[in-house]
Order: sequence, then C-alpha cells, then structure tokens
Amino acid sequence: MNPIKTFVPIIQGLKITLGHLFKKPVTLQYPTERPKVAERFRGLHALNVSHNKAKCVACYLCPTVCPAKCITVEAGEDANHDKFASVYEIDMLRCIFCGYCVEACPVDAIRMTGEFELANYSRKDFVYSKERLLEKK
Amino acid sequence: MDIVILGLPMMYYIAMVAKVLVAFVFVLLTVAYATYAERKIIGHMQVRLGPMRTGWHGLLQPIADGVKLFFKEEIVPSQASTFAFLIAPLIALVPAFITFAVIPFGGVIEVAGYKIPLQIASYVDMASGKVYDINVGVLYILAMSSLGVYGIVLAGWASNSKYSLLGGLRASAQMISYELSAGLAIVSVFMLSGTLSMNEIVNLQSGMGGFEWYAFKQPLAFIMFFICSIAEINRTPFDLPEAETELVSGFCTEYSSMKYAMFFMAEYANMVTVCALTTTLFLGGWNGPLATTFTLLGPVYFVAKVYFLMFFCMWLRATVPRYRYDQLMHIGWKVFIPLGLINIVVTGIWNYLI
Repeated sequence: MNPIKTFVPIIQGLKITLGHLFKKPVTLQYPTERPKVAERFRGLHALNVSHNKAKCVACYLCPTVCPAKCITVEAGEDANHDKFASVYEIDMLRCIFCGYCVEACPVDAIRMTGEFELANYSRKDFVYSKERLLEKK
Repeated sequence: MDIVILGLPMMYYIAMVAKVLVAFVFVLLTVAYATYAERKIIGHMQVRLGPMRTGWHGLLQPIADGVKLFFKEEIVPSQASTFAFLIAPLIALVPAFITFAVIPFGGVIEVAGYKIPLQIASYVDMASGKVYDINVGVLYILAMSSLGVYGIVLAGWASNSKYSLLGGLRASAQMISYELSAGLAIVSVFMLSGTLSMNEIVNLQSGMGGFEWYAFKQPLAFIMFFICSIAEINRTPFDLPEAETELVSGFCTEYSSMKYAMFFMAEYANMVTVCALTTTLFLGGWNGPLATTFTLLGPVYFVAKVYFLMFFCMWLRATVPRYRYDQLMHIGWKVFIPLGLINIVVTGIWNYLI
C-alpha cells in the first residue's frame, strides 16, 4: 500500500469538508421560511375575472387540450344570452400541471398561480369547483 | 477531618465520590451532546443545518431523543436468547464508562488542605506527597476496551437474526485485529516512558511548557494508534459491524428502546474514552502552558484536547466512505502490524544509541 496514495486523498477530502463547514447552508426552514416561487411557476389554477364575472366563455378548448382529462366544463346561458361556464371543475389529483389549458384559452380566462401547497384530507376536496378557482381579490 | 476509615482519611472518600460523579456526569453529558455535535457538524459539512427545531438551534435534541427512546416499546424477539439479549447492552456500556477511572484529567488540586489528584483511581500520600495511581493503567484500559467486544458479539448472537450475527462477527474480527495493532502502536510510548501509569505518562510530557508531547516523538505511533482506535470503536470509515447498507443495523438490528440507546451511548462513550486515551498518551494529557501553576487550567486543556479529537472523528466521518471488509483487514494486518513492529524496533535502537 502506497502511503502517499492512501493519505493524500483523505487529507484533500478533509480539506473540502472543512471548507464546506463554513459555507452558508442551503437548507430552507420550510414552514417558517417560504421558498421563492418562480414567476412562471405552474401551480394551482385561477379563473380570471373581468367585470365581476369569470372571463370564461365555455368554449371547451381547455378540456379538449387537457392531456389528463381533468377539466369538466358545462356551458350555460346568462341573462344577456351570453355563453358562460355554469360548471368549471378541475380535478387536482389528475392534473399534471402542464399549462396547456392556459395556452389554449382564447380569452385569457385561466392562468396558473404560484400556489403549491395543495394537500388535503379527502379525495373530494381535490376537485376544485368554479368558486374555489375564481381569482382571489 | 480526623476520621480514618481503612487507613485513609474521610476526605479521601468524599473526594473520590465527588470525582466519580463529576467524571461520570461529564462523560454522560459529552455523550449526549456528542450526538448533537455530530449531527450539527456533519450537517454543516454537507451544507445543511442539522437539527434546528427542538430548542434554540436544536439544542434540546439529545434530550428529546433520549425521552423518545425511553418511551419506546421494549421488544425481545421471540426466538432470541432472552438473558443474553438483555445483558448484552450492559456489557457493551459498562466497560465504555469504567475506562474513565484511570484517565487523569487534571493535576493535583487542594481543597480544604487536602490534596486531590484529578484522576479517579488515585490518591496523594499525605506523608510523602506523592501521587499513587494504578501502575498498569493502560493495561486496564486495553482490557476494558476488549471487554466491550463481548457485548457486541453477544448482542449479535443472542438476537438470533442473520444480520445481527454477521454484524457481531464482523465486530469481533475487526476489534480483535485492531486491538493488536493499537497495542503495538502504544508499546513504543511505553518504551519512552518506562511506565504504564497514566499519571506518570502525563507528567513525563510536561516539559517544554507543556508541549513535550509523545505525538512529536512518536508521530507514526500517534497516527496509527488513533486510526486503530477509531477502527476499534467501530466508527466510520470502519463502521462495518453496523453498515446499514449491507447489514440493516448490524448487531443492534433487533434492539429497541433503552437497550438500543445503551448501544448508542456505549459507542459515543467509547469515542470519548478513546479520545481521552489518545490525549493522555500522545497529546500531553492535561498539560499545557501554565497548567502546572494554575491547576484548574489542567481540566480545561484536557477537555479542549479531547473535544478536538472528537471533532476530528466527526470530521473524518463526514469525509471518508466506509472501507470494504478485505481492505479493512488488509490495513489492520498487513500495514499497521508490520509498521508497529518496525516502529518498536526503531524506537528500541534509538533508545539504545542515545
């Protein structure tokens, strides 16, 4: 056994670990420290609002493009005979957060937020209804 | 203090109990906080934080761990040999603590006119003023540290599980082979000191302002002894008996609750003992600048040296991966034993010529 070949790498390794001892830790103390979410992060969906109602016109482009088939839309007619989404549900358990719905939307009615804490206690709570998806004021 | 029991003054007994308590509490606290220090140091070396939640910067973590382990369910496997299974953690733990009896952690202090040497198994003869301690102190430590193997082997055997058995067998093979080279490494120190008494060995290193250490006279023996000691107490990079990637948890796989905590404490107490022994034999014990004039500085130097060595153990653990078993045996038998023998011969010739 060559002593130089044995000990030199160990000493070099010791140097590296000692250097790391004085580096700033990368740990994020999560619940107290919040991560900085990137601007284009694809988190929970939100339905955009204009003139106090959802911009969605129920054109069905988002459920069509959705690869996970997690969006349910039902069209309705309002007092002005305008088409609107009477039902708009996204099943977050099936959603893969690809953002295709946002890309497909012709009227900019849906976007994705930086919200990422989507844990819940029961299955049915993962199906987000229109009310829950509406943009928070 | 005129009461005399068995030819020794009352003060002797009071001092003895006080010394035992101080040393025992010190070792226990060190063991508890060594786990915390290890997690913190290794954490920061891996650019993490380590424990942060329990108390300020996780300072209460060892206590929380202790309480948790204490309240865990005691499980004795149905196929285990119950008596041996229960006694094994004790056999591992006790030798780890009683080795501290002969390690001098300070000079002679004077309390109420009575001279107390800061070493548990020693006393000052009032008539001659000489310090007497076990004249085979090192032999006692070597004997006790080899007793620790029994606990581990017994644990491995009594668990009646293949991982435990493999861990126990690995531990015995490893500890016995490294005990040999550790023993050979320190023989050269005894050739210089001419005594096995720990107190004498420390006093012989007090020259040159407390820096006449045997580590400078016997650097090879120092490095060899320290590496062999790390191997003997089964710490990384030599932690094969509990290699979790191969053997789940080695000899303590089947253990739970306080019995597991005992193995854990034994491991860290062994680390304290080994670092204290290395300090005493090679780093001048409690010697240091002004330690002879201000006797209370002695324990400070001693603790500082022990803690530095313990830090080095943790640093090594963060750096070096585990050795393969054949590499371990190769280092033990084919490198350290010949080197130790050569070191003894060279020391002998050197002493003969000078």
